[in-house]
Amino acid sequence: MTNELSVVAAGDTVLSISDLRIEARVKDEWLEIVKGVSLTLRRGEVLGLVGESGAGKSTIGLAALGYFRAGCRLAGGSVRFGGTDLLAMPESRRRALRGTKIAYVAQSAAASFNPAKRLMDQIVEAAVTRGGMPRRDAAARAVALFRSLQLPDPERFGDRYPHQVSGGQLQRAMTAMAMICQPDLIVFDEPTTALDVTTQVEVLLSIRKAIQEHGVAVLYISHDLAIVAQMAHRVMVLRYGEAVEEAPIASIIDAPRHPYTKSLWAVRNLQGASHAATGDDLLRVEQISASYGTFKALDGIDLAVGRGQTVALVGESGSGKSTLGRVIAGLLPPDGGTLRFDGAVLPPVVRKRGKDMLRRVQIIYQSADTALNPRHSVRKILGRPLAFFHGLSGAQRERRVLELLRMVELEESYADRLPAQLSGGQRQRVAIARALAAEPELIICDEITSALDQIVQAGILTMLADLQRRLGVSYLFITHDIEVVRAIADRVVVLNKGRIVDQGAKADVLSPPFQDYTRLLLESVPEMTPDWLDRLVERRAA
Amino acid sequence: MTGTSILASGSHPILNMTVQRLGLGLLSLAIVSAIIFTAVSFLPGDFATAILGRSATPETVAAFQQKLGLDKPWPQRYVDWLGGALVGDFGDSFSSRLVSTVIGPRLANTLALAATTAVIAVPLAVFLGIVCARYRNKPVDRFLSSATLASISLPEFFIAYVLMLVLATKLHIFPSLSSIRPGMGLGEHLYRMALPIMTLLFVTLAHMMRNTRAALIGVMSRPYIEMARLKGEPEMRIVLRHALPNAIGPIASVIAINLAYLIAGVVVVEVVFVYPGIGQTMVDAVRNRDVPVVQACALIFSAAYIVLNLIADIISIVSNPRLLHPR
Amino acid sequence: MSDSAIVTPPESLVRRSLKGLRGAPPTAIVGLVIVTAYILVAALAPWIAPYGEYQVVSDMPFAPWSSENLLGTDQLGRDFLTRIIYGARNSIGIALVTTVLAFAIGGFFGIMAAALRGWADQILSRFVDAVMSIPDLILTLMLLAIFGPAVVNLILIIAVLDSTRIFRISRAAAMNVVTLDFVEAASARGEGLTWRIVHEILPNILPILISEFGMRFCFVFLMIAALSFLGVGLQPPMAEWGSMVRDNAALINMGDITPLIPAGAIALLTVGVNFVADWFLGKSSGLADDE
Repeated sequence: MTNELSVVAAGDTVLSISDLRIEARVKDEWLEIVKGVSLTLRRGEVLGLVGESGAGKSTIGLAALGYFRAGCRLAGGSVRFGGTDLLAMPESRRRALRGTKIAYVAQSAAASFNPAKRLMDQIVEAAVTRGGMPRRDAAARAVALFRSLQLPDPERFGDRYPHQVSGGQLQRAMTAMAMICQPDLIVFDEPTTALDVTTQVEVLLSIRKAIQEHGVAVLYISHDLAIVAQMAHRVMVLRYGEAVEEAPIASIIDAPRHPYTKSLWAVRNLQGASHAATGDDLLRVEQISASYGTFKALDGIDLAVGRGQTVALVGESGSGKSTLGRVIAGLLPPDGGTLRFDGAVLPPVVRKRGKDMLRRVQIIYQSADTALNPRHSVRKILGRPLAFFHGLSGAQRERRVLELLRMVELEESYADRLPAQLSGGQRQRVAIARALAAEPELIICDEITSALDQIVQAGILTMLADLQRRLGVSYLFITHDIEVVRAIADRVVVLNKGRIVDQGAKADVLSPPFQDYTRLLLESVPEMTPDWLDRLVERRAA
Repeated sequence: MTGTSILASGSHPILNMTVQRLGLGLLSLAIVSAIIFTAVSFLPGDFATAILGRSATPETVAAFQQKLGLDKPWPQRYVDWLGGALVGDFGDSFSSRLVSTVIGPRLANTLALAATTAVIAVPLAVFLGIVCARYRNKPVDRFLSSATLASISLPEFFIAYVLMLVLATKLHIFPSLSSIRPGMGLGEHLYRMALPIMTLLFVTLAHMMRNTRAALIGVMSRPYIEMARLKGEPEMRIVLRHALPNAIGPIASVIAINLAYLIAGVVVVEVVFVYPGIGQTMVDAVRNRDVPVVQACALIFSAAYIVLNLIADIISIVSNPRLLHPR
Repeated sequence: MSDSAIVTPPESLVRRSLKGLRGAPPTAIVGLVIVTAYILVAALAPWIAPYGEYQVVSDMPFAPWSSENLLGTDQLGRDFLTRIIYGARNSIGIALVTTVLAFAIGGFFGIMAAALRGWADQILSRFVDAVMSIPDLILTLMLLAIFGPAVVNLILIIAVLDSTRIFRISRAAAMNVVTLDFVEAASARGEGLTWRIVHEILPNILPILISEFGMRFCFVFLMIAALSFLGVGLQPPMAEWGSMVRDNAALINMGDITPLIPAGAIALLTVGVNFVADWFLGKSSGLADDE
């Protein structure tokens, strides 16, 4: 092994990236996606890389291992690890460093573990084949790591296959795999993003403990500044492949210098005005149950949506919140129970609902990428419901299409575009316009902002509130994000494993005294202060 | 499906799935044999005339119909035929010889030809597929990919005649016709089979290699392969130790599917080299519209194909870690 | 991505295809040249062939190459070159008709199976599974034995058998589209089945079907050639490459390469089409990777 690398002393610079430029091939052109980023990282230090999708964080993280994905190439700059430029050395020497001196923890542990091999074999692989460690010693060290990462039954944990272990445990197992050779640097790439909030807390605690115990240098990548605030000493905010600002964690949160940094918690700053229910309930869900095969997805659901109101349906993945949306839209026939709309019984399937009934309830999906036909122009997408529900054609329809575009704050020229020629936020606006074209009374919004960046989310939430004021439409807002609930809801319904565990006015549900599950959900949501995780641990210990 | 799982509940899922797959295999054998058998019922009305000639009297036509068994109810005929087929009795051919005496001696020749080709082609295809996947987009891979693409585009008889022209007519290395007689020594037999085997290798090897490569490359795009690279594992180890165990199932099934090309190739090659196998028998029977012989050959080829695919299915089940190690 | 869209200006089809050609690998260019040449020969056969398709020009069968008969004559004394030129027309024409028919049948049922699901899909899929568990050539031979080797029978049998593959391709492609939210959104709106198929599903699977066309054409073309070579496909006196190889094969043993010319003609066309189709497939899947 290279001697000059193993003598990195505490406080020494482990990693220094200077003026790194990386290009990616888009169609037939090379575009710069990392535009001259420089950073340094010392032993025992945790540097957070924060930015939204497309900011280039993962690309930089991989470059710290001297690795570029297919379709990416180096355009300039250096990545010095312990004083030697990784990018200038031959691939064989870089490979010798990976897994032993520089390690990587990927976002999706479930996909990143080989399904055909036992966890222990994968975890000790680098140590045994290239670290020169006897297998018995490597296994013993792995067990010690399992114990310190609080994995269950550490002696036998490694005998299992990846599919036999939960997502949160796999993510910790991957952390053990990264630490097995006691590397000088670990890159964590969104290690908790694929997890539910309640699982995330445990994993964050384990990772932080392991980092502190081993005094390793860490590059911690996340889109969520609140999480990075718990883990890192310093933060670098990235946007479009450039560093926007870099500072210690406290000053980033208390005194951000760049307006973009502040926009990273845009949704948290939204203040929604509450509407009292006016008159009758528009939608009543009575004792609805539904299942997929033998799996019971919903069990005895009762809720109501008032006219002009926003009801937020909150829960973790698998809680049944999207299923309920599909039942109300008539896409999944329920096993039992009744839906009432404006007093009348709503037939369980689309086929049995009259055209006018269909018009009054619309649904908007999480991913506008799949919700808009990629081969239809915006004009055709908006024109079809106008023709279908209102029989509009010719100049009348065209006028209405343009009107709808203005309602969702898009330029009229966008009517000629295909969905691929729009950004994610613009696509979601077109999907909203398509729902509005029907002139509905209730819109089911299924996680419609979760795939979007914070600032874009904030814009769309503000627009929806504005539209509600003008049109008096009701929203059933399905989301896992408490910040979105705070911003938009009048009433809140909390769902867990197919049952309603809590519901009421927003102020009642989201402030003490809490129902047990609601408390767990609320306290698991990272807050924008560096001591949130510490306080949570103290509270739980007490 | 629920029926089987209830029956076998409590036992290992591998056993469960294997039993299920065997059941499905038997079912498709039954369906395929029914299709092949029923085909006779679709014979056009003037078929008897076409076979017996214009001068056929109503009596001879009726006798012919009876011989085909068209006077008995369908289920009985099917059971009779299948029962006979299981013990190698396919009834009479139109040429009044027993179908089994027409086919019997030639079946072994065809099996020898197909099996020898498969024994060479399968390991070679897997090896070359691995080489291509390991050196993806490198010169070796580009060359083999283009060469095999060209090779699968060529008709079997073109390859066969080119080989015959060069290796037999011009260079006199091998005999141009593969006449096999009983009592011939193994060496002599192989020598005469050389050109047919080479032709078959050209076609089947190319198909199998391309599909093996594709199956491996499919696995190589999974995140756990990138993870192995980020752990610094050497590329050869990644292909052999990380990708291959996950690709066994897909590779087994593409190879089994590609055996259809071997079967088609066997038929053509036997005709080109006048090799005395059942492929040639079948073609002759088709030309003479000797339906009982055609049915027997079709059943043999289909059964072989179904059984091979069944074996591949079971290999995929057994190599699937999720089934091997249930939660 | 960011919230500023990448806008590509609309381009004309011609300019786009010319642009696409520029990046084509040499194999694809060669393939395109070959395919174009064949189409020209097939279309212009009566004008470029020196003699008539069935015309006996020599009383000597298997006449050697000469100035009157550039490639000599066949077993009946007909001009070999003329037969090859007409063969282009017959072989390509029949294969094309068969492939189009196969796509019509397989595409229709495949999309229906995906759109209807439930028992309709089950029945169609199990039927296709059963047919596909018999090797193609074997099933074709058996059906030809029963129905007889007329051109119409040949086209229908091969089209129906090949449609099972197209059924699988189009069903799989349509299944991927059917599960997307925009199709569900159309159902939620109350759109009928026909509208959903024509406007939502079809435009999205058409590129996949088009890119498969070349491969399927090659398969059909080779199958017909093989059957004719075996003497159970296209029947005399029609000029067809497969049967020309068969009828003149005896010359090979005398070291005469003439019978290899029609075989080579088949090989060259399929290589050409496959090179173009491979480029097409790679291009369409490559684009999918970018997104």
